[in-house]
Amino acid sequence: MIHLRHKLSKRDFVLDVDIQVPDTGITGVFGESGSGKTTLLRCIAGLEQEGGLPAHKRNIGYVFQEPGLFPHLTVRGNIEYGARRAAAQRIDRESVVDMLGIGDLLERKPGSLSGGESQRVAIAAALLRSPDLVLMDEPLASLDRKRKDELLPYFDRLHDELSVPVIYVSHDIEEISRLCDHLVLLDNGRVAASGDLLDVVSRVDVPVLSGRNAGVVLWATPVDHEDGLTKFNFGDGDIWVAGRFEATGTPLRLRIAANDVSIARDRPTSTTILNILCATVEEVHCVDTATALVRLGAGNQGLLARVTNRSVRRLGLKPGDQVFAQVKSVTVRH
Amino acid sequence: MNTFGPMWLSIQLALVTTAVLVVIGTPIAWWLSQTKLRFKPAVQAVVAMPIVLPPTVLGFYLLILLGPDGAVGSWWVQLTGSALTFSFTGLVIASCVYSLPFAVQPMQNAFESLPRQQLERAWTLGASRLDAFLSIAVPLSMRGFVSGIVLSFAHTLGEFGVVLMVGGNIPGETRVVSIAIYDHVESLNYAAAHQMSLLLIGFAFVVLAGMFVINRRWSER
Repeated sequence: MIHLRHKLSKRDFVLDVDIQVPDTGITGVFGESGSGKTTLLRCIAGLEQEGGLPAHKRNIGYVFQEPGLFPHLTVRGNIEYGARRAAAQRIDRESVVDMLGIGDLLERKPGSLSGGESQRVAIAAALLRSPDLVLMDEPLASLDRKRKDELLPYFDRLHDELSVPVIYVSHDIEEISRLCDHLVLLDNGRVAASGDLLDVVSRVDVPVLSGRNAGVVLWATPVDHEDGLTKFNFGDGDIWVAGRFEATGTPLRLRIAANDVSIARDRPTSTTILNILCATVEEVHCVDTATALVRLGAGNQGLLARVTNRSVRRLGLKPGDQVFAQVKSVTVRH
Repeated sequence: MNTFGPMWLSIQLALVTTAVLVVIGTPIAWWLSQTKLRFKPAVQAVVAMPIVLPPTVLGFYLLILLGPDGAVGSWWVQLTGSALTFSFTGLVIASCVYSLPFAVQPMQNAFESLPRQQLERAWTLGASRLDAFLSIAVPLSMRGFVSGIVLSFAHTLGEFGVVLMVGGNIPGETRVVSIAIYDHVESLNYAAAHQMSLLLIGFAFVVLAGMFVINRRWSER
């Protein structure tokens, strides 16, 4: 485990964090703007004036939101900058260059690279420093949707192939749900929740995740294809998802946003919704005057539904009720 | 000899002064670009003072300071046995004070336009403060260095008042080209004055044009 303990006061903001995060995999740090995500990363890296070891002695890689490559060096010079200053070379250069697909860029100057290419080079530079921990501060936030989609598979590879622990800051819950194993929720400089990603996102009582960010992540195995859809099996339920995902036997990660789940007392018959799951109401949590989050048990996994309080009253929803969950859309990590 | 002697002395003075200014001006410029201290404007004002003060004012106080009874001058006499005033070394010191803003300001501007994130990236990649300064800040601020070097060289070459006050007019020691021209004009030796003046005009043109060519090359990269 990595122990993160940081306290910092700035004019009208106080950061106070004292948690353990796993020393493997990707830990996501999620929070709204101003919740202190970047400040926390900067404290960990030694970039805030809080005393302690200077940044260059901490052996922590940092990927900034803007790649900020050194313009006077080639791509090769940029990725070797950290490697030459590393105490020990524990990460193989060739494999990092391959993993990030920057082999053809090595002799180019940063000015001629696209945003996505620059960010890949910046990640390679941080990794080749052979760090004990890599910090990523919204590395996709400065890119448009298309570039983001191009870059995400590289992060999947990092997640699957990298042995260095990563702390990944983002305000995009979809990104976090796709990439991270562990989740820390920051709210106004304090930790609102910390734990396994699948557990934390299925909680209904965390304000940071109760609005449009609410949604569960679950593992499901593609088993069948029909009409351009893929049938996923999870627990003892099935779910159909648009697109073709190969049935290799390995489970994939699905995210179902609470906004995309609605609840019916009786099994709906004439509806465009393909996925109607038998479910049990586990918890009803009132979020604000208008809306509530309902946690449902379906199969042996949980779902969240974001509904209005009026509907909760009309249907008389309470824990233990048998209902039908209609799932409108599902995101799959390829 | 009569033409080239003072010219050569001026060039020597400008070269030495520029070299000294790069050495002491760089840390001053860096400090000014990075500090958030409240008295930074005061330091900036002191550095910029030679731009506004008449050379006679500067030269007058430098004469007192560097003179055998002055704070710096008396210490120098004890150390070396000779006076600073009316000597080449004294001229170098005076020129450094006089041209300091011309070296510091372009460098400071270049350092200030450097994105802070570049330095922070360098630190997180394992570079110490000095390492990051040398490997990132200096190469990225080359235009500032070139401007600072050329401006302090040219400014030292063209100085007159301070030299006259502190250095006087000793051939081979303090008789730089601007003083020599003044002498020639006073003794109505216009031919010699023309010769030196045109030489200086040509030289200044070549140096400044060279700087602009270099700057353009850099900005095209």
